[in-house]
Amino acid sequence: MQTPNRLKPFYENLVFEKEGNQMIVNFGPQHPSAHGQLRLILELDGEQVVKAVPDVGYLHRGMEKMAENMIYNEYLPTTDRMDYIAAASNNYGFALAVERLLDIEGEVPRRAEVIRVMLLELNRIISHLFWLATHALDVGAMSVFLFCFREREFAMDLMEDYCGARLTHSAIRIGGVPLDLPSDWIDNLHKFITKMPENIADYEGLLTENRIWKMRLEDVGTLSTEEAMSWGCSGPTLRGSGVAWDIRKEEPYGIYDELDFKVPVSDKGDSYGRYKLYMEEMQQSVEILHQTIPLYKKSPHGLMAKVPQYVSATKEELMTDNFALMQHFVLVTQGMRPPVGEVYVATESPKGELGFYINSQGDPYPYRLKVRAPSFFHTALLQEILVGTYLADVVTIIGNLNIVFGEIDR
Amino acid sequence: MREYQNRKNAQAKAYYSDRFYSAPPVPTTDVATDEVFAADLKSLESKFKIAKSYIQAGQMVLFINPEDIKAVMIHLKEELAYNFMSEMSAIDFLEKAGEFELFYQMLSMTKKKRLRVKFSIKEDQAVETISDVFSSANWAEREMFDMFGIIVNNHPYLKRLIMPEDWNSYPLLKTYPLIGDEAGQWYEIDTIFGKEHRAVVGPEIRDTKRVDAKDTTQFARVRHEVPYGEAPSSKPTNYAQFQEDGGVPLITKFNGEQKTLKDRK
Repeated sequence: MQTPNRLKPFYENLVFEKEGNQMIVNFGPQHPSAHGQLRLILELDGEQVVKAVPDVGYLHRGMEKMAENMIYNEYLPTTDRMDYIAAASNNYGFALAVERLLDIEGEVPRRAEVIRVMLLELNRIISHLFWLATHALDVGAMSVFLFCFREREFAMDLMEDYCGARLTHSAIRIGGVPLDLPSDWIDNLHKFITKMPENIADYEGLLTENRIWKMRLEDVGTLSTEEAMSWGCSGPTLRGSGVAWDIRKEEPYGIYDELDFKVPVSDKGDSYGRYKLYMEEMQQSVEILHQTIPLYKKSPHGLMAKVPQYVSATKEELMTDNFALMQHFVLVTQGMRPPVGEVYVATESPKGELGFYINSQGDPYPYRLKVRAPSFFHTALLQEILVGTYLADVVTIIGNLNIVFGEIDR
Repeated sequence: MREYQNRKNAQAKAYYSDRFYSAPPVPTTDVATDEVFAADLKSLESKFKIAKSYIQAGQMVLFINPEDIKAVMIHLKEELAYNFMSEMSAIDFLEKAGEFELFYQMLSMTKKKRLRVKFSIKEDQAVETISDVFSSANWAEREMFDMFGIIVNNHPYLKRLIMPEDWNSYPLLKTYPLIGDEAGQWYEIDTIFGKEHRAVVGPEIRDTKRVDAKDTTQFARVRHEVPYGEAPSSKPTNYAQFQEDGGVPLITKFNGEQKTLKDRK
């Protein structure tokens, strides 16, 4: 215990042990590099971490409880608030799970599927840019932060043009998408994605061969394949450990089976490998976006699935067809009643495997909804991966794992 | 948090149900229709008792004995190449059947197949940890304990994960109230006016969805607003003015050309 006096004031976050070199540091929950509300209790021996205990729950909003008391459409905007950096992927994960529960996956119009993939990949670029910006800032590269946020702003402008929101899009609905693309959106998107490879080359020019960047990232936070599999890592963290597993490729959903893209893998397992992988993934997202533009132009009109039992009709029909309006009224006030059963649907969010488990008992409210958030498992990994590293590398590893607390605490 | 009055099921209910409508089941198929799953099931059945098995939404669902869970997980991991545990948690069926249903969501990356292992336990029954087989279960089991109060035997660090340690009850139980501390709703009235005024003032309204049509202080019909405390009136009033009707203009001088960024990229 500390005995504070005027010469030795009381340190709230430090416990000094008289014998040996042991010290306990309370990292967070209010720490700029904790990427949200992460409290990390680190036991140090000198500068080396002996034990790390992550403490989460500071952003708990009870989203699984909320889901049980909301109709399905009502819950969709709530999913935005989970991984708020990539809200479209949450919307899509939830919408796809409900669609599979209702068995209307095949009813979603072609144009809606193309717009969904556009939003998802644009959101993936936004998320990866945010990751690179904050990670580089943590490690000490300020200019990369400014560069990335500039391009992220352009991508967010596109999002804003489409749905009016910059972070919480709610742009993907159960059964399709609410709106068609604005008239000049495709041109703006094309401008953005033709410029993007140059920007990625800029970031790589600043970082890839940068001596400091390499010293801070190489052989830091090394994760073996077995460890990554056992701890439930997914997405770039798993691919960074040499497992070529991308749900978009292996269990294709939407129109991903028609698109041509590569799944980058790094077998080094360290932070630098994962950094290279993120850069390559951004390139691949740009490739996918290039391919979706002709697909969009070829697609017939129609944005929402025509399943009157579950999905409201279009605005024109509501205004002209009395029965459609009645059905819409029932769907809005009471909610749809899906079949009795359960479904688990995994999608590839920018952070990894985002899964929605829904247990329906035939009521308008899900009986149980479980969100499998990738960051949750990546945070659990910290207690294993941080042991033996130096205090300065802790920030690198946290930043590199790309954790977002909205989806850890839910 | 204090103890609260126990309810059987606090979950929101549909206020109207068509008595002639019964929701259809999600279609299930026999395991024999899928070669890979059939082989997996055969391998498992040779060692363990499988109460029920079917394929739903493309994934095999297995019902096993709660005691077998660890052995089943080791078998799935080492023999059948299901080496990734995506998720595990519980479902509260206490009101209906007096038990929890646990599910373990498994993935095989070589077979590209997902299956779900399920079993039921009684309310006070504990389960065996699988965190030494799959480390991802470490936090998943802690979260389950935190949310349902299900004890996990031999877990390395079974401590509340998301809720504070001194929290009363478990949030994802169906009996858990949706409106928080019930004793707290009298706190302000008791401290400001005294307990005898409870009947006069009434309880604090905590239903966020409640709208009282006669409440003119919080809600009023648009353009029928009346001064504080007065009775609602059916005559239209002019208290609310809208810009479209020539009322309060929000922006007096707006030069759209000047402020719009035409081309940002």
